[in-house]
Amino acid sequence: MARHRKSKLAVWKFASCDGCQLTLLDCEDELMTLADQVEIAYFLEASRRRMRGPYDISLVEGSISTPEQEEEIREIRRQSRFLVAIGACATTGGIQALRNFADVRQFLDIVYARPEYIKTLKKSLPASAYVPVDFELQGCPIGKGPLLELLSAFLNGRRPNIPSHSVCIECKRRGTVCVMVAQGIPCLGPVTHAGCGALCPAYRRGCYGCFGPMETPNATSLGEWLQAHGTSPPNLVRLFRSFNAYAPPFQEAGERYAQVPQVDDPS
Amino acid sequence: MHRSRKLTIRVDALARVEGQGALHIQVRDGQVRALRLEIYEPPRFFEAFLRGRRFDEAPDITARICAICPVAYQMSACNAMEGALSLTVKGPLRDLRLLLYYGEWIESHALHVFLLHLPDFLGYDSAFDMARHHPELVRKGLHVKKAGNALMAKIGGREIHPINVRIGGFYSVPSRQALLSHRDDLTRARDFMVEALHWMAKLDFPEFEEDYEFAALYHPDEYAILEGQIRSSKGLLAPVSAFEEIFEEIQVPYSNALHWTLRGGGSYMVGPLARFNLNFPQLAPLAREVATSIGLVPPVRNPFKSILCRGVEILHACEEALHLIERYEPPERPQEAVAIQAGTGYGASEAPRGILYHRYQINSQGLIEDAKIVTPTAQNQRRIEDDLRKLVPSLLSLTKEEITWRCEQAIRNYDPCISCATHFLKVHIDSR
Repeated sequence: MARHRKSKLAVWKFASCDGCQLTLLDCEDELMTLADQVEIAYFLEASRRRMRGPYDISLVEGSISTPEQEEEIREIRRQSRFLVAIGACATTGGIQALRNFADVRQFLDIVYARPEYIKTLKKSLPASAYVPVDFELQGCPIGKGPLLELLSAFLNGRRPNIPSHSVCIECKRRGTVCVMVAQGIPCLGPVTHAGCGALCPAYRRGCYGCFGPMETPNATSLGEWLQAHGTSPPNLVRLFRSFNAYAPPFQEAGERYAQVPQVDDPS
Repeated sequence: MHRSRKLTIRVDALARVEGQGALHIQVRDGQVRALRLEIYEPPRFFEAFLRGRRFDEAPDITARICAICPVAYQMSACNAMEGALSLTVKGPLRDLRLLLYYGEWIESHALHVFLLHLPDFLGYDSAFDMARHHPELVRKGLHVKKAGNALMAKIGGREIHPINVRIGGFYSVPSRQALLSHRDDLTRARDFMVEALHWMAKLDFPEFEEDYEFAALYHPDEYAILEGQIRSSKGLLAPVSAFEEIFEEIQVPYSNALHWTLRGGGSYMVGPLARFNLNFPQLAPLAREVATSIGLVPPVRNPFKSILCRGVEILHACEEALHLIERYEPPERPQEAVAIQAGTGYGASEAPRGILYHRYQINSQGLIEDAKIVTPTAQNQRRIEDDLRKLVPSLLSLTKEEITWRCEQAIRNYDPCISCATHFLKVHIDSR
């Protein structure tokens, strides 16, 4: 067998808030152990050292939103044995994908006095829109537990065990009484991917879908139910169009209610 | 002997900062001919897509501007919205907000001090390398960070993008017992910071001083963090609603970011150094005492000593958090009642990196019609460039690698959070 060599880990950033790579630095108890287990070859948020590729595993944070980034993600793919998209931005385009529903030039005019200086793509898209991605870790931000499970699985040559069921299951496990049934609070839990531990309902608020769609969600059914119980179509649009607005099931649901003509009533 | 040296320094991707930036310096005949802190963090258009969103969505949406200081965004957003809605949050709810914010200060400052900035002073590429020779230092630094994060997770639900903050207060509030369980960790963090500050005071600080104009919030009853008036070292004291009159935004074609300057004046500095210098008497007694004992007293004009000011602020945050926990009794209700009305609200708070300003205009249905967000790093950017312009000529006897590293360190003095600066963008640069 070949001489044992540490796996080379690279962490990349595109359009994002830095939160998913910060999740790695927030693993205070495991960070130094991890640093012993892998060669941290490229992780600009934490280190000046830049080792050249190829890399054994690349964690990609952020959405692709400029012409340069499109080139960069392709190059990272070429240099990486495993490419893992981490977080809502890298897996669905993130909150900045709200531009995908509008005219980006109008957005430029609103934010910048001299919009002609700015280069940006019309759409903010996930890494998978440009390159094959080996695994996607959802969440805004991703959870520490799933991230450590992913890295541990990679280092041990097995598939990561990341449940793809809904937040509802996590509420049941936690023993949280359903906020929608008991209190009538609109909740995206039934269609949202697990991973947060059902935080919002435990704090007496409805899930707002920051982990994106679960596997095979029925957003139509949930939307109908919420509408029947008093959530207005404009509020349903807002509910589906947040941190994972461009994930296909949420995008579809958002578009359905955006077409319903109705006066916007915030109550 | 190096006077006639031609030197071009390019750092294509700055490390140990949050977000993406690059540095370009051109020196000819001992003079800095060109200096650009290029920011290529892509624009994300928050102010644009906030239009049409509901007022109560602002805290969660704007938190996503930056993961290192989401609470700062949530608090500035709440301040502004509550201003527009003529709502005041007082008593234990306000205490709980403060406590959450101290958690963020501890987490963010400890990250910067121990993982991002200290490696510069000790000559390591990263905290991972530093840990090989200083394992205890890194381990204890991580404990401090964890104490802050744990507090945020308890009150906010999670460390990054807390889910429990809302206009008027919280969705639910912790029990007294739940908060008391944080006392040991905070006490340990505080005690370690006392030790660490005495040790850090002996670091080798580059000789560099500048007559800065400092700006920070001021609150009559506390070392301002949650709210206050705008105060500057040149004697200014004004309400937050005057922010856009005092400061102005400039988009210049040769630069790659919107700069903020004093209206009709130059650059200014926000952040720990500014707060320390302007509000020193309001620091917790222990923080003041330790600062004084290591010779750190206002005015501190050496930006490399910002690492000490951050350390003192961690100490202050631990002390204050312990006091708040000690007197905490859960409020009767988790939030104040909110009544929607049209209006404009101005809000600011002290993010770990400095003043974070929000302005919102909402209509009678509670929908956002206009939003303005000014981040600390956008305000500091011109100041960072000014520092580098002054610093570089004094470094010319060093090797290129040494100059590069020292410049990076000077940028990291500001703990720049480039992801924060939604205005930061890459533009075409004229080059001949």
